Amino acid sequence: MVTKTVIFRCDDDWQMKSAALLTQKASAFRASIFLGKDERRANAKSLLGVMSLGMIDGDELVVSVDGEDEEAALEAVTNYLEQADKDQ
Amino acid sequence: MNSVRLREIISEFNLETIRDFGKLDTTEIAVADVTRPGLQLTGNFEHFGPDRIQVVGNMEMAYLNSLQEPERRTRISQLFATGIPCLVITRHHEASNVMMQCADKYKIPILRSADTTSSFTSSLVKYLNVELAPRISMHGVLIEVYGEGILMLGESGVGKSETALEIVKRGHRLIADDLVEVRRVSEATLLGRAPEIIRHLIEIRGLGILDVKELYGVSSVKMQENIHFVINLELWDEKKVYDRLGLQEESTNILGIKVPSITIPVRPGRNLAVIVEVAAINFRQKKMGYNAARALTDRVFRQESLQ
Repeated sequence: MVTKTVIFRCDDDWQMKSAALLTQKASAFRASIFLGKDERRANAKSLLGVMSLGMIDGDELVVSVDGEDEEAALEAVTNYLEQADKDQ
Repeated sequence: MNSVRLREIISEFNLETIRDFGKLDTTEIAVADVTRPGLQLTGNFEHFGPDRIQVVGNMEMAYLNSLQEPERRTRISQLFATGIPCLVITRHHEASNVMMQCADKYKIPILRSADTTSSFTSSLVKYLNVELAPRISMHGVLIEVYGEGILMLGESGVGKSETALEIVKRGHRLIADDLVEVRRVSEATLLGRAPEIIRHLIEIRGLGILDVKELYGVSSVKMQENIHFVINLELWDEKKVYDRLGLQEESTNILGIKVPSITIPVRPGRNLAVIVEVAAINFRQKKMGYNAARALTDRVFRQESLQ
C-alpha cells in the first residue's frame, strides 16, 4: 500500500466531466484507489463517491493505493489531481 | 473527535439566544452528556464535567430564588467560573439579573427553551449521541428491504448499483449509493446515511447518473436506516467453497460492532435482486426463531429414527 498527500488544483469549477475523467483514469488500474478528504474517504473508481467529497481548488487530499500496479496508479491519479488544467 | 457547534444546536431545537458573546460558532460540544447542575448550585463540584451543556429548569430556578442575595451570586459565579460551554434555561423561565451579570463576567452564553426540562434533556442527549458518534465512510450501497437495513459491499463494478435499482423497482427503498456514512450511535446500533451532495443519486454504467427520488418518487427513498446486516458481493471464484446450507454464522466488523453478514458470489445471469430480497426475508425469519437449514436437519434425523 502506498499513500501520498496532494493539493488539489483546478482552474475552473470542478466540473462533473473532470470527476468522470478521474474515475475513468482510476478504473484503468487493478489496484484499489481511495481519496481521503478530512474524515471522509471515497473510492476513486466511483463517480458519486468522488463527487461526494465536494473538492475545491486548494483542498488537501490523501491518495492511498493498494494492489499490484499501485505505483503506476498513484502516479497517474496524483498527477491528474495536481494539474490545473483538467481538460488535457 | 467529532463536535457540534452551539449554533447547530440552537437551530435544531429552536432555542432563543439570550446572551451569545459571539461564541455560537466557536464553542464546540464534544460530549453527549448533559448536566442539571443541582448539586453544583449547592456548592458540590465533585466529578463535575465542565465541558457539558448545563440545563436548568423549575427545580434549579426555585432553589436559586430561595437563596439570599450574596449567596445566590456566589453559587452562580462558581458554576460559570468552571467555563461551561453554555447554560440552557427551560420552560421559558426568565434569567434573573444576577444570572445575567455573572454570564457577562465569565462570558457564558445563555440560551432558552420553551420545552420542559426532562423532555429537552432527553432529546438533546439523543441528538448529541447521533452527531458525536464515531463514524466511517464505506464504499457500498445501503437499501431497506422489508424493514431490514442491508449494506451491500463489494468491488467497483460487481453490480451493487444495478441490484439496488432492481430492489427499488420491487418496491423497497434506497438510502445511499456508492458512499455510505456509517455512525455508531449506540453500543449495538449502526446508522447509515448518504452524504448530502449525492443523496438518492445512483450511478449506472452506460446510463450515467440517475435521481431515484425523481424517477420513482418519495416512497422509493429513505433518509437513514439502521444497518441490520451486510451482504458481501464478490465475483464467483471457482476455487472457493460457498455456504450451501446457510448454517454458517458469518459476521462483519464495522466500528467495533459485529453485524451478521453473508457472502454472495456474483455470476452473469444470477438475479441478485431476488437473492437479496429473499436473504432479507430469511434474515427476518431467523430473527423470529426459524432456521430452514436447521429444520431440514431435524427432518433428516426424524426420518432416520423412524426407520
